[in-house]
Amino acid sequence: MIIGVLKEIHPGERRVAMAPSVVKQQCLKNVHSVLLEQGAGVIANFTDDQYKDSGAEIVETAHQIWERADVILKIRPPEENHETGEHEADLLRKDACLICLLNPGRNSDLLQKLAKTGGTAIAVDQIPRISRAQSMDVLSSMANISGYRAITEAAHHFGRLFTGQITAAGRIPPAKVLVIGAGVAGLSAVGAAQSLGAIVRAFDTRSSVREEIQSMGAEYLEMNFEEDGSGTGGYAKTMSKEFIDAEMKLFAEQAKEVNIIITTAAIPGKKSPVLITKEMVDSMIPGSVIVDLAVEGGGNCELTQPGETCVHKKVTIIGLTDLPSRLPTQASQLFSNNTAKLIQHLSQDGKLKLDLDDEITGAITVVHDGNVIWDPNKVKAVVEKPVQPVTQEHVSKEVAVEPAVKKTKNKTGLKVLAWIMAAVLAGLIGFGGSSEFLSHITVFVLACFVGFMVVWNVSPALHTPLMSVTNAISGIIVIGGMIHLSGDQLILPAIAVLIATINIVGGFMVTHRMLEMFRK
Amino acid sequence: MPEGLITVAYIVSGVLFILSLRGLSNQETAKRGNLYGAAGMIIAVLATILGGRVGSLGTLMLVMLVGGGIGMFAARRVAMTAMPELVAILHSFVGAAAVLVGIVSHLESGVLSGSELLIHEIEIVLGVFIGAYTFTGSVIAFLKLRGSIGGKPLTLPFRHYLDLSLVLISVLFGVWFVNGAPDEQLMYLLIIIAIACVLGIHMIMAIGGADMPVVVSMLNSYSGWAAASAGFMLSNDLLIITGALVGSSGAILSYIMCRGMNRSFISVIAGGFGVAEGTVAVASKEDEGKEAQATSAEETTDYLRSAKQVIVVPGYGMAVAQAQHIVHEITKNLRNRNVSVKFAIHPVAGRLPGHMNVLLAEANLPYDIVFEMDEINSEFKATDVVLVIGANDIVNPGALDDESSPIFGMPVLEVWDAKTVIVLKRSMATGYSGVGNPLYFRGNTWMLFGDAKESLNKVSALLN
Repeated sequence: MIIGVLKEIHPGERRVAMAPSVVKQQCLKNVHSVLLEQGAGVIANFTDDQYKDSGAEIVETAHQIWERADVILKIRPPEENHETGEHEADLLRKDACLICLLNPGRNSDLLQKLAKTGGTAIAVDQIPRISRAQSMDVLSSMANISGYRAITEAAHHFGRLFTGQITAAGRIPPAKVLVIGAGVAGLSAVGAAQSLGAIVRAFDTRSSVREEIQSMGAEYLEMNFEEDGSGTGGYAKTMSKEFIDAEMKLFAEQAKEVNIIITTAAIPGKKSPVLITKEMVDSMIPGSVIVDLAVEGGGNCELTQPGETCVHKKVTIIGLTDLPSRLPTQASQLFSNNTAKLIQHLSQDGKLKLDLDDEITGAITVVHDGNVIWDPNKVKAVVEKPVQPVTQEHVSKEVAVEPAVKKTKNKTGLKVLAWIMAAVLAGLIGFGGSSEFLSHITVFVLACFVGFMVVWNVSPALHTPLMSVTNAISGIIVIGGMIHLSGDQLILPAIAVLIATINIVGGFMVTHRMLEMFRK
Repeated sequence: MPEGLITVAYIVSGVLFILSLRGLSNQETAKRGNLYGAAGMIIAVLATILGGRVGSLGTLMLVMLVGGGIGMFAARRVAMTAMPELVAILHSFVGAAAVLVGIVSHLESGVLSGSELLIHEIEIVLGVFIGAYTFTGSVIAFLKLRGSIGGKPLTLPFRHYLDLSLVLISVLFGVWFVNGAPDEQLMYLLIIIAIACVLGIHMIMAIGGADMPVVVSMLNSYSGWAAASAGFMLSNDLLIITGALVGSSGAILSYIMCRGMNRSFISVIAGGFGVAEGTVAVASKEDEGKEAQATSAEETTDYLRSAKQVIVVPGYGMAVAQAQHIVHEITKNLRNRNVSVKFAIHPVAGRLPGHMNVLLAEANLPYDIVFEMDEINSEFKATDVVLVIGANDIVNPGALDDESSPIFGMPVLEVWDAKTVIVLKRSMATGYSGVGNPLYFRGNTWMLFGDAKESLNKVSALLN
């Protein structure tokens, strides 16, 4: 299978869809070969030579890739090339497959255009949020980078240090950072801010992420209001009005105090909620910075301007939409790791094989055989499915109770039987045994109990040495052989003594060897 | 030496044996415990010799020197990974010795009469029966552990009835032996021994490889009972005490292990559980079609390097690959980088209880970073990377949540709570229990395929 990697034509896009290390992986297996458009990785700091060394073939024009590759990889959705006037979507071959971010919810025209070619288009942003698709989840990877970059962008515009210090020239107070929404991007921002030394607080409507926030070392902001905002697919749902009022009150208080606010509250397919109003921005300390990561959905801050960085009354509001692209090397690396896993998932014996009944493949294939087959509800349906087995499990557990009861009854029956047998045996011995035999029995029973008590608390680490020492001790049977070692019986007792001695010496020595090795 | 003094010497050595077992239950006192045991044994042997009850001293010296030499040689030479086999074969020696002592004791039991003779003869039958069973059973266990015989249980039709009828037949012969004419008795005794041998072979053959640790400790217990029954035959209290000590401690060990696997002792002995090793996983319905994610030594190194806490879960695969030394190298390296490294040992990891501890100790790993399952299970949540080295069933989440799983209910190490789990394994084949493992299909699990030692060598080189 030939994988083609295009150079991005969107202005300002610095990423490339496949990093050299991933090219190497793909070529190594000899299943796939990789074509790369000249200079595709240059801005992401990957040179053509690096690609060549990894086994890729460098071609001069994008046309060659559209013509030859079975799978075409890029990052941004196809768009019109201003230099040639061609639209990328028109170039898709009938038997080829395009893999990139497509954002099908907002790009229905583009999907129609792609459908006309008869080819296949796969939207990597539609990967369902289920655990086995985690390694292919491009959005999570990009969100991780955005969160990190949001902090460094903020640090860049913030006129002070993030960390607190006591110096000879006076005290430097640490910066206070508020992160709203603790998804992948939010948690990444928390981590980055934390490692720069800031005091970090985070808020999320889903109470389940509280532990995650605290595990990153940040403070979870509490609100005296009970409503859990966990929605489907790992995103938050829209909350009730009362909840939002309480939430806004909290943000208004925080805005007066914190230096940096990172907002990440996006609800898929809907406009992002406005969480930071103009009044709140007005109340912030001069020099503060807001980074709005929900800008694609309209932004969480009333004053955010998409794609711009603006200043309102000494407060910098960053509404950049290309944060992942600003860390092009890392973003390309992660994007290509994800798509490599995706290609692995989609292909069989080196050929692309789309199984539309598969949870993942079905969700991400948006254009196939001349039709737009994207269904916005599909992702949701997939995610909601796992609820079913849980209830079933409850039922089966209840059913299972009955046999369990029977089993215990059986066991008590056995126990009673054992006791009766022991009593009968004891009676027989008591009546029939000679006094010498009885004294042996006494010794025997007592020794059993001593063994029982002594070994009961052995630490499991010493099971093997204990076993080998008891083994050596049971070589005491040597005495049995020794007593009989006399003139008329020689051979059999001699053999008994021989093997018992092997056992004694071997057992003690091997135990010693083992114990020598244990050290603190 | 007067009779009284011999008895006192026997009491002293009995006490030393008890102290020995007591000492072995704790790391600090373990070495002393072993010395107590050896001292007790020397006192017992010397007392017997000095008591003048040994007819042919010359033969005794010769035989003991040869035996001691062989024992020393075996103990020095054996690799730590072959420890389970050594212990198993040593058990068979005790069993064989008990049989021989039983036969000789029968041949020399001329002076007794009446009920004393009856009891004596019953003791002989019991003694040789247990001894012979221990002997062949241990040989089979030894062969299974060495891999000369596959781990797959031999399940003949009606095998429980077969076992039962063998026992009943030996009881019948036992009755004939007790009532028989003196010249027929020996033949009956030999027949009983033969039947017990067959029973030992058959019952241990029927037990699957996964249950071998329990079998070894069970045979340990039997070898103790064999010694105790020899004590009854010879009216020797020291043999009775020691045999009972070993017998009951072996039984307790077996019980502790069965509890670790959540199986009943009876079900282990009855056998039939488990399949041959290396059978490819029959994934449960849920996992069908899912693919495990593979990773490389490079990525593994990166994970380890960026981790704050690493927990290593060793299994039998580590023993097979002899990877304990390289594991220690990596541990040292990570600890120098201030990464906290801990080891989690499942009670039934390996082929002998405590097998993993012995291997790690051989590699000079300090034992205070090695933890038991109960101590460490809660720590996985705060762990960045878990390295599972050649372990399978003991990290199977199915044991907790899949009621259809054969190992359902067995306590396991909850490694999946960690951020990343890296499983070193040769292939997707099942462990000894023959059960597929849903862990491999979890989102945070990565498979590092290949020989554990080679993979870890690479990781270690990359870490440097």
